[in-house]
Amino acid sequence: MDGLQRIPILKVGRVLIVPIQVDMDDQTVMHLQERILSELERTGARGVLIDISLLEMVDSFIGRVLSDIAAMARIMDARTVVVGMQPAVAITLVELGLELRGVDTVLNVDEGIKLLRCEFDFNEEDEGEFSWGELSAFAEQINRS
Amino acid sequence: MAVALGFRLIDQTRLVTVTSELARNVVKYARRGRMIAQPTRGEDGREGLRLIFEDTGPGIPDINAAMRDGFTTGGGLGKGLPGSKRLMDDFRIESSAEHGTRVTVVRWL
Repeated sequence: MDGLQRIPILKVGRVLIVPIQVDMDDQTVMHLQERILSELERTGARGVLIDISLLEMVDSFIGRVLSDIAAMARIMDARTVVVGMQPAVAITLVELGLELRGVDTVLNVDEGIKLLRCEFDFNEEDEGEFSWGELSAFAEQINRS
Repeated sequence: MAVALGFRLIDQTRLVTVTSELARNVVKYARRGRMIAQPTRGEDGREGLRLIFEDTGPGIPDINAAMRDGFTTGGGLGKGLPGSKRLMDDFRIESSAEHGTRVTVVRWL
């Protein structure tokens, strides 16, 4: 089980941030999908930001799960953004024939947050206790690490 | 090994991804098998890396179908074999019900 526990899911404001910093086996990937969905339900988050900048490989299995997560999250009224894909990974994905259907991808965490922010500002009047400043500060931390 | 041979990053990524795709096939359809990685040299003298994945599983009944994008009998996306072929320079597949399946791929430097 220890391999399954390593990927944190952090809630900042109404966004779940998932920094994937280890290469994942299939079980870990499936487990992560379940955890993201139950966290969405538990917290009522509206966005999921998955940082894959440290992943050196995305094969067809991980690609499919990323698409599935985005589709399932959408049904739960949340938008998913995948950030930080390495160029070599992008080339490989296209050659494999994967298009990551339904997944928004952006270059870095800042852009990901901007995208989610546009989405929310457009759709919502009440931001409640939600703090974009907090989220941006957090993003900077991730970018630095 | 790919790094030691001097493959650049994009080719390392291709090799790692193909290894993941083809090794998953072995585990999924045959439960066990083996993988061999060996440096190789082409007729024109160029260097490369050959990967062989072999198993004694049930074999692939229709290889032509299995090489088509989107064809799957295992509930996946059907990208593993055709995608791996696109990622490599050489791709050979042999399969029979008696001897199982062997996939041999080469990427040249």
